Amino acid sequence: MDYLAEVTMSILQKQKSRDAKRGYATDFVTQMERILPTVVARGIKVTANAGGVNPKACANAVADVARKLGLGGKLTIGIVTGDDLLGRLDGLLARGHDLKNLDTGRPLKDVRDRVLSANAYLGAAPVVQALQRGAQVVITGRVTDTGLTLGPLMHAFGWASDAWDQIAAGTVAGHIIECGAQCSGGNCLRDWDTIPDMAHVGYPIVEARSDGSFDLIKHPGTGGRIDVPSVTEQLVYEMGDPQSYITPDGVADFTTIQLNQVAKDRVQVSGVRGKPATDKLKVSIAYFYGYKAVGTLVYAWPDALAKAQAADRILRQRLKDLGLKLEAIHTEYLGADATHGPLALEHVDVANIPEVQLRVGVRAREEAPVDRFTREIAPLILNGPPSVTGFAGGRPKPEEIVAYWPALIDKKMVQPTVELISA
Amino acid sequence: MKRQRRRTGQAVKTQQRRSGGRTVKLVDIAHARSGDKGDTANIGLIALKPEYYPVLVKHVTAARVAQHFKGMITGTVERFELPNLNALNFLLHGALDGGGTISLKTDAQGKVFSTALLRMEIERR
Repeated sequence: MDYLAEVTMSILQKQKSRDAKRGYATDFVTQMERILPTVVARGIKVTANAGGVNPKACANAVADVARKLGLGGKLTIGIVTGDDLLGRLDGLLARGHDLKNLDTGRPLKDVRDRVLSANAYLGAAPVVQALQRGAQVVITGRVTDTGLTLGPLMHAFGWASDAWDQIAAGTVAGHIIECGAQCSGGNCLRDWDTIPDMAHVGYPIVEARSDGSFDLIKHPGTGGRIDVPSVTEQLVYEMGDPQSYITPDGVADFTTIQLNQVAKDRVQVSGVRGKPATDKLKVSIAYFYGYKAVGTLVYAWPDALAKAQAADRILRQRLKDLGLKLEAIHTEYLGADATHGPLALEHVDVANIPEVQLRVGVRAREEAPVDRFTREIAPLILNGPPSVTGFAGGRPKPEEIVAYWPALIDKKMVQPTVELISA
Repeated sequence: MKRQRRRTGQAVKTQQRRSGGRTVKLVDIAHARSGDKGDTANIGLIALKPEYYPVLVKHVTAARVAQHFKGMITGTVERFELPNLNALNFLLHGALDGGGTISLKTDAQGKVFSTALLRMEIERR
């Protein structure tokens, strides 16, 4: 189970700084409370990166729940740590690991004093180790989404850490199921309005074989659809170079994947080829960036778009007169061009658009100019273009921006640690 | 009044009549999903039938996609081919106003660049 979006680690780090017993995904503990009796009775293994920045506290919470359910002595929990680099950052920088931003090339020292969390993405190896030592539930920090699927496969089939094709296959399996129902009918564009019973959509199940091929299925009686188009859409989701999908465990070549519909709601995946792992790990760093706020107003027919555009001009003039130090002002017209930009208006009778929401966002390093902006929206209702409404929500609130800084580090600098506790 | 419906893959004939058969909108021969990596949006473009894939390869070039999104992106466009999936993958750099939490865009994660690409009209062969 995957719990960690890119910015989640910084939120958890903040929680941990306030209370040393927090810093993990508490939802996971609630869910385990519901399913633990079945998990223990049937010997089901669970791997989850719900540990966030405090896997030990998360494991202790799950152990407490197990004892509360009368399962004391029946559950072994594996804990994977070693991903957290926050306390080691200055040492790493001093030793020449400059943790350059993968997108911008800037060295981390530029924002060092604003860093909130720093975690290396660990792969499947420590998960496999925990399973081999007898853990039934494995709780980790920043382990890759795909590693949580690949780990159990490597453990069950005894795949070697250099069985590159099988590792690539397990990685592809992880990529397909890491977004829940996004491969089984969710967010699927192809024939979207014929996909049945989405209120009871079935989550994907990987039925794996030791050669690396696997079938994607879902429980009978559930909604959604598993077919070649639904799986293909998920395969290309958030993809970079398809020939090198890089993980800590190996490099998967997505141009080798073969998909076959072998039965209703059953797609076979085979032929996946892999390449050796690199000597780097990706590091996910979160840092404090600044502030932003978004204000909205709704304009009605006739000339809804023209009125919203006039309001935007007035607002921008006001912001200019105030001399606010804003890094960016971004205007969108929802109902007209917010999602598809100029492409959206090519064949549209612009004067007759029924309604348009003006949406203006601003961003700055300091809070004051953003806060000042939030006071400039309401006056437009009385002082600006006509047929305006939709301000019931009140003045927008400035929000803190915690931004993401992706970097690489030499693999040898990060040592995953596995320990076991029993409930 | 009968509601106009457009289902991907089912409007090809109408389109042929309308356009005299020389051009086709991508929405009628392909489906797509998009997402983000930082300030880059990716669009996976998938042919609705295997025989449409060579048409996509021929006409939906990186240069043409860059032209299509002119004014919406600040960086370059890269294209990758996945013939095994009848799919092309595009990377649109500088598409998301900084991306992630920095972005002020409604579509900060590039989720609907997919259908924006499907508006493109290309030659049929």
